[in-house]
Amino acid sequence: MIYLDNAATTLQKPAQVISAVTEAMGSMGNASRGAHEGALEASRAVYRARAKLADFFGCPRADHVVFTCNATEALNIAINGLVPPGGCAVTTDWEHNSVLRPLYRLEAKRGVKLRFLPQDGFPAHADVVVCTHASNVTGDVRDLEEMGKIAHDAGALFIVDAAQTAGSIPIDMEKMGIDVLCFTGHKGLMGPQGTGGVCVRSGVEIAPWKVGGSGTDSFNPFQPSPMPTRLEAGTLNGHGIAGLSAAVDFIQQTGIEAIHAKEDGLARRFYERIKGIEGVKIYGDFSPPLRAPIVSLNIGDYDSASLSDELSQRYGICTRPGAHCAPRMHRALGAEGQGVVRFSFSYFNTEEEADAAAHAVAELAAE
Amino acid sequence: MREKLPALIITFAATTQALAAEDFCQREGLPGRLIPVPREITAGCGLAWKAPPQEETRLPARLTEAGIQWSQARVIPV
Repeated sequence: MIYLDNAATTLQKPAQVISAVTEAMGSMGNASRGAHEGALEASRAVYRARAKLADFFGCPRADHVVFTCNATEALNIAINGLVPPGGCAVTTDWEHNSVLRPLYRLEAKRGVKLRFLPQDGFPAHADVVVCTHASNVTGDVRDLEEMGKIAHDAGALFIVDAAQTAGSIPIDMEKMGIDVLCFTGHKGLMGPQGTGGVCVRSGVEIAPWKVGGSGTDSFNPFQPSPMPTRLEAGTLNGHGIAGLSAAVDFIQQTGIEAIHAKEDGLARRFYERIKGIEGVKIYGDFSPPLRAPIVSLNIGDYDSASLSDELSQRYGICTRPGAHCAPRMHRALGAEGQGVVRFSFSYFNTEEEADAAAHAVAELAAE
Repeated sequence: MREKLPALIITFAATTQALAAEDFCQREGLPGRLIPVPREITAGCGLAWKAPPQEETRLPARLTEAGIQWSQARVIPV
C-alpha cells in the first residue's frame, strides 16, 4: 500500500507515539481526578503535553492550551464561544465544514452576519475573522500575518484553523497575531486520532461551549472559569494526549523545517512529474515557496471517486476523492459535480512512492 | 487513623497551576508533594501542595517569583 491520504490522517506514526500510548494505557488514571499516583501520572502527562504544545505554537501560557478530540471540536469551541448573537463573522471560501457549519448555524439561529472574503468586502467592524492556514483541497497557504492584521484593524479576534499545517509548517501565535489557534493532533502532528486542541492568547475569554464534569469545584453550578478547565468538560483523552506529547517530541527532535522540506519536496516531485500530462488538471497555485503537501487533480471529466478507486484497486495507492468537506472551495474550483482526487504526503512517504503515484496517473490518463 | 500534624497547604485555582508548582518544586529541590485538598480549605482545584510548616514564607514567595499563581497558603493540621 502507498498511503497518500495524509491530509485526512497520517497513517504512519513515529514509533515513540505508539509506545507512549501503549505505556499510558497501562499506567494512567484520570487526569485532574484525584491525587493518587495513577491520577497524578495522568495529570503530569497532560501538563507536560500542554507545556510542549504551548512552546511549539508560541502560546504564552501552558494553561491556555485546551485539549479537544479534534479540530472540529476546537473550532466549535472557538466560534460558538466568541461570536455574540447578532455579531459579525468574516471568513473565506477556502474553509472546511468544521468552520462553515458552526458559522452557518450561528447565522440561522443567532442572527450572526457572515461575510466571505474577498467577494463581500471587509466590514467596518467584525467580532471574529476565522480562516484556515492552508486549504485542505489545494494545499495553498494563507498569509496569516496579513490576515491577522486585517482582523485586528477591524477590532476582530483572529481564529486560525491549523488542521492542515500544525506539525508541517511552523506556526507562531505571537508573531502571526493569532488570538485562537485550533489544531488537530492526528494529521501533521502525527499523534493519535481523538486528539486536538485550542491555544488561546492571554486576555481572550471564550465562553464555554460544553459544560460538565471538571474534577474540581464540584458545588459550583456553572463551569469553573479558570483555564483550561473553563473549556474542558469531561474526561480528557489522556492516552491519546500522551501519544501527542511524544509526537511533538519527535517533531522537535527532527525539526519542523526538515519535516516540511521533505513533505514539500515529495509533493512538488509528484507535481513536476504529472503537470505536463495531457488530460490532467491540477488545482492550486504551485508558485509560492510555502505550500501544504497536497496535490489535487482530475483526469478529463472522469469521476473523482472512480479515479481514486482505480488508484486503490490497481496500484494500491490511497487517495481521497470527492468534496473533502469544503463545498465553497469546490464551487470556486468548478469541481462541485466531479470532485477532485487529493494526493497528500507525509514525512514517512518516499520518493519512490511519489514516482509510483505519478506513473499511475500517467497510465490512467493515457487510457 | 494517624494523628494530624501541622503542615503548609498551598491551594490553586486550576490543576495546571498545581502541576506547575510540582514541576517547579521538584526542579528546584523544594520540599512537598501534591495531596487532595483538605476539607478545612476551599479551593477551585482538587490538588494542593503539602510542605513542612517552616516553609510558610519561603515556598509561596518562590512560587510567586516563578509566576505560578496560587490561591491560599495556610498552616493547618492534616
